[in-house]
Amino acid sequence: MTSIFSTASEMAESLKQKEISSVELVQMHYDRIEKVDSGVHAFLHLDKAGALAKAKIIDDKRAAGEKLSPLAGIPLALKDVLTQKNQPTTCGSKILENWRPPYDSTVVERLNANDVVILGKTNMDEFAMGSSTENSAYGPSRNPWDLTRIPGGSGGGSSASLAAFEAPLAIGTDTGGSIRQPAAVTGTVGVKPTYGTVSRYGLIAFSSSLDQAGPCARTVLDAALLHQVIAGYDEKDSTSINQPIPDVVAAAKKGEVKGIKIGVVKEFQGEGYQKGVLNRFQESLDILVNLGAELVELSCPSFDYALAAYYLIAPSEASSNLARFDAMRYGLRISETAGQSAEEVMRITRGKGFGPEVKRRIMLGTYALSSGYYDAYYGSALKVRTLIKRDFEKAFSQVDVLVSPTAPTTAFKIGEKANDPLAMYLNDICTIPTNLAGIGGMSLPAGLAEEDNLPVGFQIMAPVMQDDRLYNVGAALERALHEKWGGNILKQIPDLNNLVGIFAGKGSN
Amino acid sequence: MELKEVKHLANLARIEMSDEELIKIQKELDLILNSVARVQEVAKDDIPATSHAIEMVNVFRKDEVKSSLSNQEALSGAPAQEEARFKVPQILGEE
Repeated sequence: MTSIFSTASEMAESLKQKEISSVELVQMHYDRIEKVDSGVHAFLHLDKAGALAKAKIIDDKRAAGEKLSPLAGIPLALKDVLTQKNQPTTCGSKILENWRPPYDSTVVERLNANDVVILGKTNMDEFAMGSSTENSAYGPSRNPWDLTRIPGGSGGGSSASLAAFEAPLAIGTDTGGSIRQPAAVTGTVGVKPTYGTVSRYGLIAFSSSLDQAGPCARTVLDAALLHQVIAGYDEKDSTSINQPIPDVVAAAKKGEVKGIKIGVVKEFQGEGYQKGVLNRFQESLDILVNLGAELVELSCPSFDYALAAYYLIAPSEASSNLARFDAMRYGLRISETAGQSAEEVMRITRGKGFGPEVKRRIMLGTYALSSGYYDAYYGSALKVRTLIKRDFEKAFSQVDVLVSPTAPTTAFKIGEKANDPLAMYLNDICTIPTNLAGIGGMSLPAGLAEEDNLPVGFQIMAPVMQDDRLYNVGAALERALHEKWGGNILKQIPDLNNLVGIFAGKGSN
Repeated sequence: MELKEVKHLANLARIEMSDEELIKIQKELDLILNSVARVQEVAKDDIPATSHAIEMVNVFRKDEVKSSLSNQEALSGAPAQEEARFKVPQILGEE
């Protein structure tokens, strides 16, 4: 029986067999959203009328016997960083409140072309800067495993929507870990594809040389099916790679690690890592060895400098990218008195329209790029980027994939790190190197940490354009873990219906 | 970093900030910069810079006429418009 708890591939099969219609499936998810999203707050905007109308069209096409895409009629939650024509697109920022873009991002165009039904836009840290969604101008999302905790960030709305069964698929974007870390802390699957394989056209830029959209799902196969839909060359993105995308769906169906060499990154263990995270990581390694993989411990010494390089490169690019929010052509415009100049209006609007973290990063980037400091900061960071690329190249000359925990800890409490930017930045320590090197990475659930019963993520990294390796290794590990757990890890999530009442709305008594 | 410098940065970034905000961000920037400055430890002279992970040069697309946004669509998000153009506050001073 198909329900909101089914996987996307199960739903697709039921649609194909006409056991359920897309309208019913979409309605089922809106019912769930209505029930639990007051507590979870995964969505910023819903397009119920549009989604149901679209589902009806797809049902009609199916009834007429048209050949449809594998994911036709399946609902999806879209991160609010991607433009969707005439739908609110805020990037979690006040500066874009009420903005309705006049064009679709390429990701949305591809979703539409494949008849995927977009339920609405998901919450995120403002301009994707953060690891918790606490930087959203519209309030944080909450982790369905424990509503007092963060669902990760910046794509916490997308990960929370999956774990809360509000959507079977979601789109995220990953600049330093914003797909993978949210997946890790919510017990879901998230993939950052190789840079340049998913078009950035219509992805509101944070750090152009690092930003990459990717699939979020509850299983490795579901992520692969979505990956296949959104990836591919796009002439509208000048960094798009004009090469065929590897067959990630076949890899996800294969899941065979016999004889595969897996490199364990020495730098991503030890101090600062939660005990339960390391235990689950080790358990997954043991499973992979039992399945016939060969483990090789590797050192990537420059990874210790990745975080520092990232927090120079990303803010530098952001300071330039976010200059476009100038109160002139779209978005917020605030003028306090008549006769103020364009520049004064710009200053006031940006001062009121951007939140603290965005201001922090723009200021940091402006500093790192300013004359006199450029070589010492931005220039040095670019050199570290070269060293990190070399470390990966050396590692991948010895092994097929690299693995690590996705994040050093499980989900922390909302508010716990909100006033300590440096502590917050440490969440991305394991995910950042892949962005700097442009390679693909996946996070999948490795179980629950024994000390807090919260999900732990297992990260897999593969060389450029070898994203199929992520799916192959991920599928093998997932299959073994599902056998061990008696199904998906999300079967162990507490019943949201009991929790939501406590957190619904503001100041409810 | 001196408060004067922080004010200058805010000016360069075109962000209006209260004195209170400037003092707070001054402390935060100092902390962050102290932490990220360690990139200098390994950034030796003989190491080339990488600005893009996947190198590409001269990316062009065909010079073809295609449909684009209509004037109305392009103006659809404008805070103010007049005669099918963006209307902006005055750019030059009185003098």
